[in-house]
Amino acid sequence: MRETNMATALDTTAKQAEPEQDGLAPVVAVEKVFKSFAGRKVLNGISLSVNRGETLAVLGRSGTGKSVLLRLIIGLDTPDSGAIRIHGHATAGLAIDQMGEIRKKMGFLFQHAALYDSLSVQDNVAFPLEHHRKDMPKSERADRVRQLLAEVGLERDMDKMPSDISGGMQKRVGLARALALEPAILLLDEPTAGLDPISSGEIDELVLKLQRERKMASIVVTHDLHSARTIAGRLALLDKGDVVIEGTFEDLQQSDIGFVKEFLKQS
Amino acid sequence: MSDRGLTPVAGLNPPFQPRRVEFLPSVANYATNLFNGFFEWFGSLGIFSWQVLRAAVTPPYEWRELVRQLDEVGSKSLPLVAMAGAAIGVILSLEARYSLSRFGAKSMFPATLVYSVIQVMGPVITGLVVSGRVGAGMGAELASMKVTEQIDAIEASAINPYRLLAATRILACIVMLPLLTIATDTTALLTGWFAQAMVEPLSFRQFIANGFNNATFSAFLPQTFKTAVYGLIIGLIACFQGMRTRGGAAGVGRAATNSVVLASLFLILADVVLVKFILVFFP
Repeated sequence: MRETNMATALDTTAKQAEPEQDGLAPVVAVEKVFKSFAGRKVLNGISLSVNRGETLAVLGRSGTGKSVLLRLIIGLDTPDSGAIRIHGHATAGLAIDQMGEIRKKMGFLFQHAALYDSLSVQDNVAFPLEHHRKDMPKSERADRVRQLLAEVGLERDMDKMPSDISGGMQKRVGLARALALEPAILLLDEPTAGLDPISSGEIDELVLKLQRERKMASIVVTHDLHSARTIAGRLALLDKGDVVIEGTFEDLQQSDIGFVKEFLKQS
Repeated sequence: MSDRGLTPVAGLNPPFQPRRVEFLPSVANYATNLFNGFFEWFGSLGIFSWQVLRAAVTPPYEWRELVRQLDEVGSKSLPLVAMAGAAIGVILSLEARYSLSRFGAKSMFPATLVYSVIQVMGPVITGLVVSGRVGAGMGAELASMKVTEQIDAIEASAINPYRLLAATRILACIVMLPLLTIATDTTALLTGWFAQAMVEPLSFRQFIANGFNNATFSAFLPQTFKTAVYGLIIGLIACFQGMRTRGGAAGVGRAATNSVVLASLFLILADVVLVKFILVFFP
């Protein structure tokens, strides 16, 4: 089953939208970013960029700062130095409401989904719409929620509470919520972590389908090499806060760097 | 033989090395950490208060969440404060009757009860009861949301958590505390009168007329509305403790406990200042 899913997913990889180089600034640009926590260096001056329609997978061992990178991009943490630009606009020093305007263009899937446990599945997905699409009639909003949940295959579970659904389903709800405002940028933190191979394959297929249809710029943080190879056109391997290598899967395979070889071997 | 009277066996009982007791440096470190922690806490509270204030006065306003919180703080605390008020009324009635009888001042009973309930006991009891129920609830709820990244998810959805979560809760506490105090006062006076009427005939009309004889609004209103400050303290501390939580389930427990303990402590300290303020400005 996993092989079937993988085969389908890999087949669709080839059909991924080509990144659009329209001569403008990258959608997301991380420039020489440093970040430390309690004196421990987590990110050591890394630079990365993602264009429209492109998916970048950030790989690495646990604790190498992959999730921190996503938190910095969406502004939940601030870099010690360096710059993060979204659509060419630096996010440093923005007030929470100004940053909110930028965040409306971004969808974030948390590692553990981070669903609001007091709200039902459909209310979780409706939450961003209720706050940012007040002009939208209620019936239209409800249709949109139904459509989003149908896209992630959960239209029958919309009245359930987050505690009543599995981890994989929670991730799908999280994904539907991340897509509610039709973001231009999608940030996925370990979308397949802790899932069985079938659910993991389904999430991969779903992400690919969404990329094809919406042409979003996506950054996927994962240590699942199969998943990264399936959904991302470009991969960046992090170690000790530095980007060890950045390129296609084939570039990684051809690399002579010891850490890259070891990572590919162990994965 | 070693210093402990044992034959040394390699690696098992090496010669006794008395440990140097570094008492003074450890006390100094502890004092320094305590001092730093104290100022860091107040500094963080100041920044948090500014963020909440700024979020509260700028649109969009979270009316629906505010109404939900008014219900959560007000309606759901009402039975508890009413019961606390009822108990206080009976206790004060019993105590006052006994004490006043000893001094031959039984006729002062209604005024004594009214003044002690409305000026002292009602506001403080309401504050402490709400601090226990609402402070712990808010602290634990927000702490749980923090450790499960729900607050981050709110922020990532381009919603200001200070506006949605903190401002609404604090405002609900400020609005509901005076109303809950009126409820506490009312039940305390009712049960206080009832406890007295069970022993000696006393009509409720007579009780009220005597109790509020020569009373002015300035004698009661500031005492009741000072509880809005209690509400500010309870809401602010519970939200602050909850939203800065770290460390999983243990952190949630700590946040709930600290919310109640600190809110109760600051509430009593604030009362000292408020009483003096009221005596000066509403003599």
